[in-house]
Amino acid sequence: MSQSAPAAPRKLPGSLEANRRLDRWLRINRDGTVTAFPGKVEIGQGILTALTQIVAEELDVSLERVRLAPTDTRYSPDEGMTSGSMSITDGGTALRYAAAEARDLLLQRAAARLGVSLEQLSVADGVVSARSGGSVTYWDLASDDLLAREATAEIAPKPASSHKIIGKPEPRRDIPAKVTGTPSYVHDLELPGMLHGRIARPPSYDARLAGLDEAEVRALPGVVKLVRDGSFLGVIAEREEQALRALTRLKRIARWEESTALPEADPRFLLKEASEDTVISEKKDAAVAGRAAKSLEAEYTRPYTAHAALGPSCAVARFEDGGYTVWTHSQGIYPLRRDLAPVLGVAEERIAVIHMDGAGCYGHNGADDAALDSALLARAVPGRPVRVQWMREDEFQWEPYGPTMVVKLKGDLDREGNVVAWTEDIWSNSHSTRPNGLGGVNLLAAWHLAKPHEASPPRNPPLPGGGSHRNAIPIYEFPNERVTNRLVKRMPVRVSALRALGATANIFAIESFMDELAAAAGADPVEFRLRHLKDPRARAVIETVAAKAGWRKREKGDGVRGRGIGFARYKNGACYVAEIVEVEAGNEIAVKRVWAAIDAGLVINPDGLVNQTEGGIIQAVSWALKEAVQYDRSRILTSNWIDYPILTFEESPVVEVTVVNRPDQAPLGAGEGTQGPTVAAIANAIHNAMGVRLRDMPFTRERVLAALS
Amino acid sequence: MAITLTVNGRTHEVAAEPETALLYVLRNDLKLKGARFGCGMGQCGACTVLVDGKPVQSCDFPLSAAAGKSVTTIEGLARNGKLHPLQQAFIEEQAAQCGYCATGIIMTAKALLDTKPRPTDGEIRTALKGNLCRCGTHYRILRAIQRAAKELSR
Repeated sequence: MSQSAPAAPRKLPGSLEANRRLDRWLRINRDGTVTAFPGKVEIGQGILTALTQIVAEELDVSLERVRLAPTDTRYSPDEGMTSGSMSITDGGTALRYAAAEARDLLLQRAAARLGVSLEQLSVADGVVSARSGGSVTYWDLASDDLLAREATAEIAPKPASSHKIIGKPEPRRDIPAKVTGTPSYVHDLELPGMLHGRIARPPSYDARLAGLDEAEVRALPGVVKLVRDGSFLGVIAEREEQALRALTRLKRIARWEESTALPEADPRFLLKEASEDTVISEKKDAAVAGRAAKSLEAEYTRPYTAHAALGPSCAVARFEDGGYTVWTHSQGIYPLRRDLAPVLGVAEERIAVIHMDGAGCYGHNGADDAALDSALLARAVPGRPVRVQWMREDEFQWEPYGPTMVVKLKGDLDREGNVVAWTEDIWSNSHSTRPNGLGGVNLLAAWHLAKPHEASPPRNPPLPGGGSHRNAIPIYEFPNERVTNRLVKRMPVRVSALRALGATANIFAIESFMDELAAAAGADPVEFRLRHLKDPRARAVIETVAAKAGWRKREKGDGVRGRGIGFARYKNGACYVAEIVEVEAGNEIAVKRVWAAIDAGLVINPDGLVNQTEGGIIQAVSWALKEAVQYDRSRILTSNWIDYPILTFEESPVVEVTVVNRPDQAPLGAGEGTQGPTVAAIANAIHNAMGVRLRDMPFTRERVLAALS
Repeated sequence: MAITLTVNGRTHEVAAEPETALLYVLRNDLKLKGARFGCGMGQCGACTVLVDGKPVQSCDFPLSAAAGKSVTTIEGLARNGKLHPLQQAFIEEQAAQCGYCATGIIMTAKALLDTKPRPTDGEIRTALKGNLCRCGTHYRILRAIQRAAKELSR
């Protein structure tokens, strides 16, 4: 008889799988509080408030008792990145199960203490009472060993019908501090003896530092250290404005040799690049294909798009006794640490990475890079913390942009106006070059050192979530379909994850083309979509938004005003969003009003969901109408808000969000579901208003005029 | 060289060069972190404070120009532990995502409401033309300012 292998550990839900001990997630304190240890971080999306609701609900304690520990590599669970709209799915699920199990363990102790059976017990705000009389509190029952065990996930979280806290709008916990000016961000961190650093970045990606009169900068008032390592050049000063003056001087006197070759400005340069091609969806029904009576083709593009956080990246670091402490607004403290260690030449355990809030984060921005910058400067002044804040131009010129993309579509209609065949080809770089110890180092300064580190090979997150091919496979039911992902490996411009990844361009293309096909079929765009959709939840959001907006069948714009629809299920597996947008063509295209319907399954904090949805929509309006990174053949030209205008208060639309509530369904990621539908709905509304079809983002005045002529 | 400065009603002596941007003095010398660095070029409004009641972008405003004047920052809005109606309205409308732009916008709005207690939607939007928000919280922020205007004129 052969020996059987030991049983594989059971699969645990969400981030419990990788962080299996209950005390990694929760601590019941004797002082009447509960500490939760999330590994996901606040990036302006309100996640911490939602996680607090989850813990309070499952434990049956009031919200006020729940404390969240700042995310910190010295004790927090490793939940990787806070990205991809996965925080409720990963971290929320882990905390739901952990809290449900903690409650059960507490009840078992209470039953023993009170000498009654479990069925006799009820809990109100941490007080466990027996029906027969007698009570004991969590705070009396708690001890260090209570949660010192592996989670089993055998205690089911509460059903939606018994929720008292989940599903109720809860004010964000962090907003009072943020509107009163209380220090909230890593930018506000103040440590004893702290110095101020700035980095003099090269003028272009591959520029090499060829000469510098160091003495001239060292002699400036307040300058403590000049740090020069290859083409990495930084300065540390006693006062912030002194660091700035030194930076200005450095930028003026440093000599660089430039060799960068950037692509042409039109995204179609991608079509000429070598690509790794994969057919990601193929459906064949020759009989139906033979019914094709009409065929349409179109090509859509999106430019390089900046995250353009309002506050530039910032970090503080201290080097002491051979180890580092780094305060950062990174989206992933553990992945960041994996890349910091080889550059700093220390073991990961010698680096403590502590998360603090930053300005709004919509993907991989300069946060991680600034963390390395601060550590490299701190190494030069042992014992003294160094705060590095990027300048506005650093942020615009060095952040990894959302990649430019091209999507080509071909569709065949039968005589009844049904889509019988769909062919789609997408060209894009990878949408993820984040740090995470993936063979190289994905941190900017590491590439500029005298002994440079190679970047890790780019990753394209796999389907079903996908990266460049996120939402590339239509959710509509087409009998013939072929979708080919053409991944371009050469990255002449630095790119990485921007909110929604490839979904923005793919949904923009698919949903624009659905309108083009509907027009060719003489169909109403709402009806045309419903005709090709079986999923009842997909149909429900479209029907809801059409009703809320008062959509009239085959409604037509008047040459100036018009409306259009856009729809998607984000990642083909997360939230469903349908939108109707009203535009007005004046000197520029203006988006006046947006109606949206969203189904995110069980909603933890409805107001948080609405806030994220409104924000996603307004940001996508900005992308659609205004945004494109500018560059010539050697340098990035975008360096400030004049070069890169975003939507202003004068231009922002009225937004009306309807939540299609499904409390009995699993929660679905909802932070990025609006980007594609918004852009597509605007393009469709422009066509509805003026009869012109814009297939290249952004939809500027020049593009409208060109399309009209 | 020391420059005398009145911030939120208190007088301070600051040892900084006269051309230093007011923002750095507020944040680093006076430890008032509510005004935020956004661009350093007066383009985004995250650093907005009031100088003699008028909104200025403190990242682009020399310390010397503030000497002898009355500077008000977000930290100076609450009265006797009670938040300013604008701050209260931002909380009630949940008018923040990352919140980084919020303090500058509140200061701009305060200057508006001080001179024009019942502004129209269009007047509020125009007043905020020097303030950017990247998270797309515009609609809630506009609602919050309207709410504060109503509260203030009650």
